[in-house]
Amino acid sequence: MAKDHVSGPEDLENLIKEVLEAYPAKAQKKRAKHLSVTTATDEEPDAVTGIASKCDSTKSNIKSVPGVMTIRGCAYAGSKGVVWGPIKDMVHISHGPVGCGQYSWSQRRNLYTGTTGVDSFVTMQFTTDFQEKDIVFGGDKKLEKTIDEINELFPLANGVTIQSECPIGLIGDDIEAVSKKKNKDIGKTIVPVRCEGFRGVSQSLGHHIANDAIRDWVIEAGESEAKKSYEPGPYDVNIIGDYNIGGDAWASRMLLEEMGLNVVGCWSGDATLAEMERAPKARLNLIHCYRSMNYICRYMEEKYSIGWMEYNFFGPTQIAASLRAIAAKFDASIQEKAEAVIAKYQPLVDAVLAKYKPRLEGKSVMLYVGGLRPRHVVTAYDDLGMVIAGTGYEFAHNDDYKRTGHYVKEGTLIYDDVTGYELEKFIEKIRPDLVGSGIKEKYPVQKMGIPFRQMHSWDYSGPYHGYDGFAIFARDMDMAVNNPVWGLFNAPWDTPAVAAE
Amino acid sequence: MSQLRQIAFYGKGGIGKSTTSQNTLAALVEMGQKILIVGCDPKADSTRLILNTKLQDTVLHLAAEAGSVEDLEVEDVVKIGYKGIKCTEAGGPEPGVGCAGRGVITAINFLEENGAYDDVDYVSYDVLGDVVCGGFAMPIRENKAQEIYIVMSGEMMALYAANNIAKGILKYANSGGVRLGGLICNERKTDRELELAEALAAKLGCKMIHFVPRNNVVQHAELRRETVIQYDPTCQQAQEYRELARKIHENSGKGVIPTPITMEELEQMLLDFGIMQSEEDREKQIAEMEAKMKA
Repeated sequence: MAKDHVSGPEDLENLIKEVLEAYPAKAQKKRAKHLSVTTATDEEPDAVTGIASKCDSTKSNIKSVPGVMTIRGCAYAGSKGVVWGPIKDMVHISHGPVGCGQYSWSQRRNLYTGTTGVDSFVTMQFTTDFQEKDIVFGGDKKLEKTIDEINELFPLANGVTIQSECPIGLIGDDIEAVSKKKNKDIGKTIVPVRCEGFRGVSQSLGHHIANDAIRDWVIEAGESEAKKSYEPGPYDVNIIGDYNIGGDAWASRMLLEEMGLNVVGCWSGDATLAEMERAPKARLNLIHCYRSMNYICRYMEEKYSIGWMEYNFFGPTQIAASLRAIAAKFDASIQEKAEAVIAKYQPLVDAVLAKYKPRLEGKSVMLYVGGLRPRHVVTAYDDLGMVIAGTGYEFAHNDDYKRTGHYVKEGTLIYDDVTGYELEKFIEKIRPDLVGSGIKEKYPVQKMGIPFRQMHSWDYSGPYHGYDGFAIFARDMDMAVNNPVWGLFNAPWDTPAVAAE
Repeated sequence: MSQLRQIAFYGKGGIGKSTTSQNTLAALVEMGQKILIVGCDPKADSTRLILNTKLQDTVLHLAAEAGSVEDLEVEDVVKIGYKGIKCTEAGGPEPGVGCAGRGVITAINFLEENGAYDDVDYVSYDVLGDVVCGGFAMPIRENKAQEIYIVMSGEMMALYAANNIAKGILKYANSGGVRLGGLICNERKTDRELELAEALAAKLGCKMIHFVPRNNVVQHAELRRETVIQYDPTCQQAQEYRELARKIHENSGKGVIPTPITMEELEQMLLDFGIMQSEEDREKQIAEMEAKMKA
């Protein structure tokens, strides 16, 4: 019987060729470097996953080809949307014309505690709403006025960040001078962020710029009261790069605290300005999203000799391995408690696997997300017996692809900065049992008759981190893959039995 | 009413664009032409000699006060000066802030859409020093100035700027139909100035419209916020400007697509004129000087 869809490395190589044929020669040549199939390597397999493959020759972090539908964001999205936006007790001004702020209103699903509009502001929208005259005469005065108004209307806001939209960089407004002046006037932290959207090739540069702004305007701005009054302990750690999507950071923090660690700061999900200020007093930085926050970790390592390590809280195998690796950085008491935590949640894990693994085993998955997820969530699927057919990053750099080899098996399709056309074609030909990507991809994929889960926002569900998160993750994947609706996909008059009547 | 003619004066900063253009326009008005001056310099000094005062109410400042340009009327921004010349200034931010280029675009669109160009024979744009961004190229773009007059002198940087402006004109010549009207040499008393200006005009493939001699009466008039035509209508310098005006008037439709040259060609031209030393000559000279020092 002829195969009706693509599987195996050779098929995938041919599929890449077929997909590239749609492009003009120049675009074809450019895009070919971003598409690959993982190959074998002589490197030692990863200790936890037991996997070793290679895809580090995949080209990444390069300008998208004009004319394609890229799924990437901009530097402003990286700074305001990802890094700064979740910091709840600061007001983040979208500085420039109204559109960028309007369309990023409500933020990502960075859950937080607090009273919105009183001491927390994450889901609110603040903008300087530039008009023609602000472009021509400069917007510094308007910015000052906006900060004054914020200070008066929201006295419990602990600071303000200025998230630059494109025109700020074009007209050369001096937002740094405004920040310094207003900091003197109102005595609160004011952070200018030069994250103009036209900078860089994706949201990735926005993360970097935002990290640098934290370094220059928060950590190096001097000793704050919050930092001075903090007495450091031997088990202080920071969670870095967990944005608390659907409560992820809470599910993670819980495990760390149960094993006896003290989480000083969580960046930047459900975070406060004080948490950022105190962070340099911790002993260890635990980094979840390497892509968006490795910069600040490297800085804290250099300046304060704080070590950092990556961890993965997706799926029980990686959670246990990560808890042990973290514990190994501390004394025996912590290591014992880590084992106790793992043991405590084992019955939960067993129950989840007993229920869902039989329903999901052998199902194939294609992913296309950002940050760390294209590799980190792989192990959660793996624990459920699901197989990754393809994965790709929106804005990865080469170090991300180096790390990916420890997660995906040989013969996995890899697509960097995939275009709308390529992704659709890949899905159509591979016909996986599940696709995990974003809202823009959701409906076309479902219309192809393929189950889909949003893997940026957890599809309004979550958390997916930690043991509790895994239970929800397994339930959600089952809900998508085994939904009876997929059996009703054909119109009744198209099914042979009905047509025969 | 004859067909509306739109012209623009460009040139290196401080070369005397505003002075030359206002004197020329004052002479044109004597010839019975109806004129509108659009100052495209944030300093807003393109109409000072015609109005005998610095225009305070620029388009952009009034717009900023009122909220936006949509809140303005043409009458608010157009002032009448010497012999009925209509004057308006785009205005713009003080140096170092905002985007003056965007301001020029906004102001010109406003004037055009609101009928400031109706019932005039000439619209003259006076644009600041260099074409630094797209905004200041507005007058050379589609359906704006048909002819550009470059004010220059025999100084190296003025020649360089003139060549650069020609490049800008070339860029828009095919899409929008703008042409180089010619060069106006404003005498600086540099070596072989007229010849040099004529040589550059030949290289660019355009006319040397007029050589305006240096005369202190211009300075006297300027101090009184007047053109020479108004200050001393019978003097020789006034005649020069009348001559220039007549040539520009007769140059209608005779503009060319310029053929700008490379920096090397420009330097070679200066070498040929003996104004710039070649590297070999300079080295020889240095060697001679050193020999003398030793001796």
